[in-house]
Amino acid sequence: MIGALILRELRRAWTGGGLITPVVFFLLVAVLFPFAVGPDGALLSRVGGGVIWAAALLAALLPVERLVTPDLDSGILDQLTVRRVSVPMVMLAKTAAHWLGFAPALMAAALIAAGLLDLSAVTLARVEAGLAIGTVGLAALAVATGALTAGLRGAGALAGLLMLPLAVPLLIFGAGAVQQGTGALKLLGAVSLLYLAGAPYVAAAAIGAARD
Amino acid sequence: MTLLVLDRVTVARGRRILVEGLSIALEPGDAALVTGPNGVGKSSLIRLCAGLLPPAVGTVEAAPCALADARLALDDELPLERALRFWSGKARTHESMAALRLDHLAAVPVRLLSTGQRQRANLARVVASDAPLWLLDEPANGLDADSTALLGELVAAHRAGGGAVVIATHIPVTLPNAVEVRL
Repeated sequence: MIGALILRELRRAWTGGGLITPVVFFLLVAVLFPFAVGPDGALLSRVGGGVIWAAALLAALLPVERLVTPDLDSGILDQLTVRRVSVPMVMLAKTAAHWLGFAPALMAAALIAAGLLDLSAVTLARVEAGLAIGTVGLAALAVATGALTAGLRGAGALAGLLMLPLAVPLLIFGAGAVQQGTGALKLLGAVSLLYLAGAPYVAAAAIGAARD
Repeated sequence: MTLLVLDRVTVARGRRILVEGLSIALEPGDAALVTGPNGVGKSSLIRLCAGLLPPAVGTVEAAPCALADARLALDDELPLERALRFWSGKARTHESMAALRLDHLAAVPVRLLSTGQRQRANLARVVASDAPLWLLDEPANGLDADSTALLGELVAAHRAGGGAVVIATHIPVTLPNAVEVRL
């Protein structure tokens, strides 16, 4: 059941356009910066790693609304519970599927963004390593936020207010790794693991409250 | 083996008590018919049996069950057969689709189905689940006369095979030898 659930989530993410939009949005934010600060190659390559991380955080907000709400509305979460699949397990599967879709798409887009921001090969490698690790935490946060805001009006705006402050540690260590390398990457991994371990239970509690 | 035991159960939604001190026990072959006007708590009672709503007081013990309520729980964009396959194996999906006369709709996307066809798909998911306890919330909604008769036959066959069923409905339904719970 869990395998089928992960495949279903991946299929829905790719076919429903749920992944294309955040990736295009990510690239747009990365394009805006050279326009805003001017075509100064040295400056852009210095702030580029941080710009990519900020863009990644903003792009991670977009899929939040489609992660949990549709399944709560269509009764799929209820049917899974009736079949004795535990809700935290469902949320973990959703996190895994979201990461499997979102991380490669974002990392591919980061290659293009790196060109626009004139990043060196070393910087790019650190950005990509950071994204691979940090998107695990972002995916977990996205699923938990999706569950917390499921069924609320104005869920999208509220999701931003909930998720972005919690994503700040990921941003600090992710962008920090661009300058400092492996030490910050380890801390980024620790934060990601913490979110991955906690988010499914937060999400499950939110689903329980939404059902009442 | 008892398939469903409600022991002095009280169901509350918000601050309102919907059902108080209800006890039911269903053995294989039994059926319960929950009747009453709209908004009286029939659906809440079904959700309680499914384990989706905790009882305010009392205990609920249920065998593995299958639930059909107002929400289809099938992916709208998929053809019917693929959508049902998410919930059950290939052979059982085909058998249940045949049992509900849905074969010819296998390739039609779920979002294009009519109300009655959606309800039959909902019941097909229940049939394919092989769960001993069926929980059906307004199963005859949207069904034509032929399909309603078919529903009666399927429920009878399920009971004859050692299953039990709880049906909540505001429409009079013939369910022989059923425990009647009037809310």
